[in-house]
Amino acid sequence: MDAFLFLTFAAIAVVCGINIIVQTHPISSALSLVGVMGALAVLYLMLGAEFIAAAQMIVYAGAIMVLFVFVIMVLNAGGERLTKRSAYVRIFGVPLMAMFLGLIAFVIQAALPRGEMVTFGAFTRGGPADVGRALFTQYLLPFEVVSVLILIALIGAIVLARKEID
Amino acid sequence: MNFYLLTLIKTGLIAFVLLTALAYIQWIERKVLAHIQLRPGPYRVGPHGLLQPLADVIKLITKEGFIPSHVNLFFYVLAPLLAVALALIPIAVIPFGPEIDIFGVRTWMQLTDLKIGALFVLAVSSVGVYGVALAGWASNNKYSLLGGLRSSAQMISYELPYALALAAPLLLLNTLSFREIVNAQAGYYLGFIPRWTIFQAPLPQVLSFIIFLIAGFAETNRIPFDLPEAENELVAGYHVEYASMKFAAFFMAEYANMVTVALVTTLIFLGGWHAPFPAPASNYIPVVAHVLIAAIAFYHGTQPIRSWDKYTFPATGVICLGIAGLFLVPVLQPILMPLFWFIAKAGLLLFVFIWIRGTLPRFRYDQLMNFAWTFLFPLAVLNLLATGFMVAVFSK
Amino acid sequence: MSGVPLNWYLILSAILFCLGIAGFLYRRNIITIFMSIELMLNGVNLSFVTFSYKFKQVDGHIFTFFVMVVAAAEAAVGLAIILTVFKNRQTLQVDDINSMKN
Repeated sequence: MDAFLFLTFAAIAVVCGINIIVQTHPISSALSLVGVMGALAVLYLMLGAEFIAAAQMIVYAGAIMVLFVFVIMVLNAGGERLTKRSAYVRIFGVPLMAMFLGLIAFVIQAALPRGEMVTFGAFTRGGPADVGRALFTQYLLPFEVVSVLILIALIGAIVLARKEID
Repeated sequence: MNFYLLTLIKTGLIAFVLLTALAYIQWIERKVLAHIQLRPGPYRVGPHGLLQPLADVIKLITKEGFIPSHVNLFFYVLAPLLAVALALIPIAVIPFGPEIDIFGVRTWMQLTDLKIGALFVLAVSSVGVYGVALAGWASNNKYSLLGGLRSSAQMISYELPYALALAAPLLLLNTLSFREIVNAQAGYYLGFIPRWTIFQAPLPQVLSFIIFLIAGFAETNRIPFDLPEAENELVAGYHVEYASMKFAAFFMAEYANMVTVALVTTLIFLGGWHAPFPAPASNYIPVVAHVLIAAIAFYHGTQPIRSWDKYTFPATGVICLGIAGLFLVPVLQPILMPLFWFIAKAGLLLFVFIWIRGTLPRFRYDQLMNFAWTFLFPLAVLNLLATGFMVAVFSK
Repeated sequence: MSGVPLNWYLILSAILFCLGIAGFLYRRNIITIFMSIELMLNGVNLSFVTFSYKFKQVDGHIFTFFVMVVAAAEAAVGLAIILTVFKNRQTLQVDDINSMKN
């Protein structure tokens, strides 16, 4: 059951990920990215990260990607104009990427011991209470710094995107 | 009983009841609006228009599902699908009653309980913005696009006060799972004041309740916040290019969202399925209410206005007396009582939704956005701070 | 009914990261490039959560939380910059924003 769920949602994530790269119009890419985030939220639930799964859907898929979709709709610039790449990219691009991926997979397999299984329900300390406790005691300084960062980003976005008053 | 079989039965039951309720909420809305506006409302199709939703469903199914040639087909079909699917999902985590025992099977009146139930409802309503935005985009129509963008901007702006007003009572209740939220509101102060969140020490959450309800109105695009989709503004907004069943999907999604907001408000602020006064007295209230309705029905049956009123009103009276009798049966009381109180409170909130629709004018779009960002959001933050302060100082 | 090997999660994370790199290097639309960056960040988030499971600690979740917050801030400012660039150049193709070239 765990393997079935993992394979289904991993397949959805990879297919949506490939779709991001393959589609010409940015809005299809944006919605495929929302699909990736949804699949990842389910995988987080399987790893026992309940709060992070909910935060992923609320913050990432429900706010950040809505912002992307808004900007694409407002700019309305149409699909991408396909340009020809150089011969190197067309011939060696995908094989090189596959080799890079193979290298990473080999390092993972070599570095980590086999036999460690992820079972649903084995990790129960990912709930909001535990995350909140760690966030407000051990990681309080990064939390405050990150709230100042959001304030800076907020001010920056408002200043950049407003109309100039002449 | 096998867990999967039980869940399947519960799912079927809830789906059936929910979909019927959505159709009949539309009937209730039309009747209530009509009576506010001093006119009879749906009256001819079946006694007092009771078959009107059925007629509407038949009309919508058999109407030609016209797809204009210039739309982006994939998103055009995806948008209503997404809207209605995401609107129906939160019902899965809402408990309608406590643990009950039917024919030897012990189960909660809930499909599933998540430890993060309240966050789940927030997450689904966040992702529900896509249905609206995509509908506006896919229709390839500038009015539709503007309506869709305005509507989704409104929905994400009001999500902030919605979430903050939800967080304040959670400080008192200390849990995110809906079952435990309702369990924490059991009991009575001084023997007769219920421990609902709006009455709970150290800080009664009345302000949170009001903010949550206002933000809920805006999230579901109801009057007074329905400028992006009103019929006489911007050519009915993002669903102008949709016909028959896809339009019905958006309609159903809006009512389902309304029902979800009413149910979640009842669970968190009004104590879920707990009665307002302690047990033996409050068990008679449903009986009394139904007997009163039966009496009114019999009275109107003796003064028929239409020829079939002689039969339908007394029949309604007899049905209401039968239901009143059901509430007196001790075996059924543990199931029916919590259900009655829960549906009564949620129904009252839905009536408030419809009442406000009939009474208030709508906000202009910039007034609406100003209201969210400059008034409601700071108020929600201050409310959260005040609640946090009171909990920190006065809790053990 | 047994579980899934932990390495599979890490390999999935690597696949998503590589897809993000491929999209970043291959596409010419600025918004799609931005979305490939978000895809890379998501791959890394999955990695963090997986290691948090492996060591049975909640610190990986905290890292993920901070990555999400930083991604939100970055998306807000980046999209504001893209809007400004579009207002001035009327194009979203990265190749066409080349007035300082040569």
